[in-house]
Amino acid sequence: MSQGLVTMSYIVASILFIFSLSGLSHQEKARSGNRYGMIGMGIAIAATVMSDTVSSYSIIIIALLVGSFMGTKAALHVKMTQMPELVAIMHSLVGMAAVLVGYANFIDPTSVLTGVEKNIHEVEIYIGIFIGAVTFSGSVIAFGKLSGRISGNPVLLPARHWLNLGLLITSIWLCIHFVESVQTGGGTWVLLLMTLIALAFGVHMVMAIGGADMPVVVSMLNSYSGWAAAATGFMLGNDLLIVVGALVGSSGAILSYIMCRAMNRSFISVIAGGFGTTSGGSARVVEGEVQKINIQEAAELLQDARNIMIIPGYGMAVAHAQHTVNEVCKLLLDKGKNVRFGIHPVAGRMPGHMNVLLAEAKVPYDIVYEMDEINEDFPDMDVTIVIGANDIVNPSALDDPNSPIAGMPVLECWKGAHTIVLKRSMASGYAGVDNPLFVHEHTQMLFGDANDSMQAVLKALRN
Amino acid sequence: MIIGIPKEIHQGERRVATTPAVTEQLLKLGFSVSIETGAGTAANFSDEAYQEAGATIVKDVKKLWSESDLIIKVRGPENNPTLDVDEVELLADGGQLISFIWPAQNEDLLNRLTAKNLTVLAMDSIPRISRAQKCDALSSMANIAGYRAVVEAAQHFGRFFTGQITAAGRVPPAKVMVIGVGVAGLAAIGAAKSMGAIVRAFDTRPEVKEQVESMDAEFLMLDFKEEGAGTGGYAKTMSKEFIAAEMELFARQAMEVDIIITTALIPGKPAPELITQGMVESMKAGSVIVDLAGEQGGNCKLTQAGKVVVKQGVTIIGYTDLPSRMAAQSSQLYGTNLRHLLTELCPEKNGVIDVNMDDEVIRGATVTKAGKITWPPPAPKQMTSPAPQTEAPATKAVAVASKPLMPEMAKQAIILAGVALLLYAVGANAPASFMTHFTVFVLSCFIGYEVIWNVSASLHTPLMSVTNAISGIIVIGALIQISSPGWLITLLAGLAILIASINIVGGFLVTRRMLEMFRK
Repeated sequence: MSQGLVTMSYIVASILFIFSLSGLSHQEKARSGNRYGMIGMGIAIAATVMSDTVSSYSIIIIALLVGSFMGTKAALHVKMTQMPELVAIMHSLVGMAAVLVGYANFIDPTSVLTGVEKNIHEVEIYIGIFIGAVTFSGSVIAFGKLSGRISGNPVLLPARHWLNLGLLITSIWLCIHFVESVQTGGGTWVLLLMTLIALAFGVHMVMAIGGADMPVVVSMLNSYSGWAAAATGFMLGNDLLIVVGALVGSSGAILSYIMCRAMNRSFISVIAGGFGTTSGGSARVVEGEVQKINIQEAAELLQDARNIMIIPGYGMAVAHAQHTVNEVCKLLLDKGKNVRFGIHPVAGRMPGHMNVLLAEAKVPYDIVYEMDEINEDFPDMDVTIVIGANDIVNPSALDDPNSPIAGMPVLECWKGAHTIVLKRSMASGYAGVDNPLFVHEHTQMLFGDANDSMQAVLKALRN
Repeated sequence: MIIGIPKEIHQGERRVATTPAVTEQLLKLGFSVSIETGAGTAANFSDEAYQEAGATIVKDVKKLWSESDLIIKVRGPENNPTLDVDEVELLADGGQLISFIWPAQNEDLLNRLTAKNLTVLAMDSIPRISRAQKCDALSSMANIAGYRAVVEAAQHFGRFFTGQITAAGRVPPAKVMVIGVGVAGLAAIGAAKSMGAIVRAFDTRPEVKEQVESMDAEFLMLDFKEEGAGTGGYAKTMSKEFIAAEMELFARQAMEVDIIITTALIPGKPAPELITQGMVESMKAGSVIVDLAGEQGGNCKLTQAGKVVVKQGVTIIGYTDLPSRMAAQSSQLYGTNLRHLLTELCPEKNGVIDVNMDDEVIRGATVTKAGKITWPPPAPKQMTSPAPQTEAPATKAVAVASKPLMPEMAKQAIILAGVALLLYAVGANAPASFMTHFTVFVLSCFIGYEVIWNVSASLHTPLMSVTNAISGIIVIGALIQISSPGWLITLLAGLAILIASINIVGGFLVTRRMLEMFRK
C-alpha cells in the first residue's frame, strides 16, 4: 500500500476516533460512537500492516492474537466495581508500550536524521520514554491502591516537594547529557538511568495521594497516557499517533480539571499530595449525638415519603449494594414515589464510577442526576438515603472555612425533611473529618453493611 | 417482666397507654403484656384486638396492679373512684411506673411515690434533646392538640376555611392567627393551611420565622428587638416594652382575623394573658378563639378551662383534653413514645428493664428511683445539638492571611511572556517537519477540548475506557518498528504490540459492555 493511501487511512481513522469521543455526549449515541472507534482502530492497524515498511507478519499476528485474547478475557470478566482498577492497569500498559516503542526507536539503526532534526528526535525519544515510564509506574501504584493491595493512605516523605523538584531537574540535566552522548554513539545508560528516575517519580507521585483523591489521579494518568502516545507520535513522525494522543491527553486533562473543581482543590495541590496540610486553623470538632434508626422505621419513612433521593458513594461499590438499591428503587417507583439518584462528580474512585454501577444494576439513566441538576431540589425531599458516602454530603464544606474540604460543592441533603445515612459503623470517612450531617437533627443513621441493610429494607417494604 | 396497662380513671380520659400494634412490639422486646379489660374501649381498641396481638386481658384491677412488674399509664396515679383507693397504693412495693407525673406541680404525689419505694419515670420529664425526640410524648400530644384545635375551631366557625369562587358568589378564605409556634402551633398552622385558610403566626422567638414560612404561613414581625428563646425550646417572659408592642399587634390582628389559636406557655408559670376582653369584643361576630393554655389559666382573659363559652358572639374554646378527644391517634403516638423509651431501657431486648442513670435520657425521665427523689435531674450536658447552619454561604478559607507576592496582572503577564518566548524559540529553531507535526498536535488538542466538554458526566467512566482503547493506537508505533533489523527491536516492538492490543481489545469491549448497560 502506498504511503499516500496509508496517510489517507490515518485521516479516516482520526475522524472516526473523534466521532467515537463525541458520541459520548449522549447515551443514545454512545454505542455507535464506540463502534466508530473500533472501525477506526481496525483501519489504522490494517493500513499500517499493509504499508511497505512492514514485513514480519507472523510475529505481528501472534502478538495481536495473544494481546486480543488477554484483553477480551479482562473485559468480559471484570466486575463493574473493579472498573477503576481495570482503567488504571490499562493506563500502565499504554505507558509501558510507549517505553518499549521508545527504546525500540532508539536502537533502530535505520534512522537517517542529522543535525537539529536528529537532536530533536533524540529529545522526543527521551520525553516519550519519560512520560511513558511515569505513566507506567504511577498507574501500577494507582492500581495497587484501588485494588487494596497497597494502603490507600497517602505516604508523605519528608521534603517531598524538593525531592520531586530534584528528580525533575536531574531528568532535564540528563536529557542534555543524553543528546550529547548520542552524538558519540552512546546514551543507552543515560536513557536507562532516566527511566529509573521516571519510574521512581511516578511511584512517589501516586503514593502521596490519598484515597479520596483517586478520581483526580486516575484521570490525570489517563491524560499522561495520551501525552505518552503523542510523544511517541512526534518521535516517529506519525500524525495519527499525535492526533489520538492529543485527544486522549486533553480528555484526561479536562476530566482532572472537572474532578478538581468538584473538590474545590487546585490541580497542583492534588498532585503535590497530602491532605489538609495547607489549611490554616483547625477544623471545627463536631459534637452531638447520632440518632439511630432501625430497618422497620426506615421502611416506614420511605413508605410515607413522596420525593426520595438516593445518594450513592464509594461505600455502595464496596458493599456491592447497587443491585439491591435498584430493587428498592423499582419497588418505590411502583408505589408511585418520585425516586431520583443524585451523583456527586467525585463519588467513587473514578469519574462516572457511580453511573456505571447504577447502569449495571439497570437503574434507568433518566432518573440519575448530576449534582448541579438536583442540588436545588433538596428542600422538597421527604427522604434522602445516603449510601456509603461521607465527604460529598458534608455540610462543613460550606460553613466551616477550616475544614479540609472547605469550599467543595456538596450535595445539600440536610435541607430535606429526613436523611437516612447508611454506614458500616461510626468511623470518619477518608478525609478524616467529622461530618456534622451525622448528628444533624434531620439525620438518622442506619448502621451495618449497606447491602444487608438495603436487603432488609427491601423485605420490610414488601410486607 | 410483665408490663401492666390499667384503664385510665381520670374523668373524661379516653386515651390508653398502649395499642395492639405497640403491644406486638413490646412482646418482641421480651416483655409480657397484661391489659385491664376495656382499657382501650374509649380509644376504639377492643380487648379482642389486644388479645390477638398477644396481650393477656385481666379482669381484676387489683390483680393487674400487684402482679405487674411495670405499670405504664397516661395520667399520673390518682384516686380510683370505683375501688376508692389511690393507685399509688395499688402498686406493689418497690414497683415501677411510667406515666405523666408533672413533678414540679405534684410534690405531694412525688412524696407518696417515694414512700412506696417506687421507681418512676415521668414521660413529661424526658429531656428535649434530639436523641430523645422519639420518646417525646409532650411533642406528640402537642401535635395532636394543635391539629385538634383547628378541627374544633372549624366545628364552631360558621364558614369555610378555604376561599372559593362559586356560582353563588365569592367566599373569602378564613384568616387564622396562631400565637406561639411550638409543636402545637406548627401543627395548627399545618392543619389550618391544608384546609385552605390564610394563616399568620406570631412567636417571641424570631428563629421560628423560617419554620413558619416553610409552611407557607406569614410570620408576624414586631418592630422590636429582643431575644425570646429560653431553655429547653420554650419561650421566656419578655420585657414590658416588648409585651406592649406585642399586645398592640394582637389588638390590630384581632379586628381582622376570624380565628385565633393561642398556644403560649412559659414553663412553671401561669400562661401569659395575651387576648384581653377588649380584643375579644373587637372581633367579628362568629369568630372563634381556641385557647390551648386553658389548663394554665388561659392566654385569653375570658377562657374557661374545659369549656366552650360564647362572649359577644365570639366562641372561646378552652378544652384541656384535646389529645384525649383524638384518643385513637394519641394512644398510638403515646404508646409508640413509650415503646421507644422501653427500647432504651431494655437494650438487651430480654424483657428486663435497666434504669441506667448514666444515660442522659433515662436519667432525665427518672423522678424517683427505689424510694429516692431524683428530680430535678442535673442540668443536661448540652441543651441543643450543634445543628450545622444550613444557609451559611461558602466562606473563602483565610484568604486574607497572606498578601500575594505579586499582583494577578503581573503574574499573567509573566506567564504570557514565558509562553511567547517558548513559542518563539521553537519556531525559530525547529525544522519544518517538526512544525507540521506540531500544527497537527495543537489543533488536535483543541478538537479534544471541544469534544470532551460535551461528554455527559454520567459517561465519564466509558470515556476513560474508550480513551484507554484508542490510546492503544501506540500499536502503530510498534508496527512500524517491528520490521527493522535486529532481534532486540523485534522483541521490544513485539511486546509493545501485544500490550497495546490488550488495551485496544479490552478497552473497546469493556466500553461496549458498559454502554450496553445504560438503559432508559
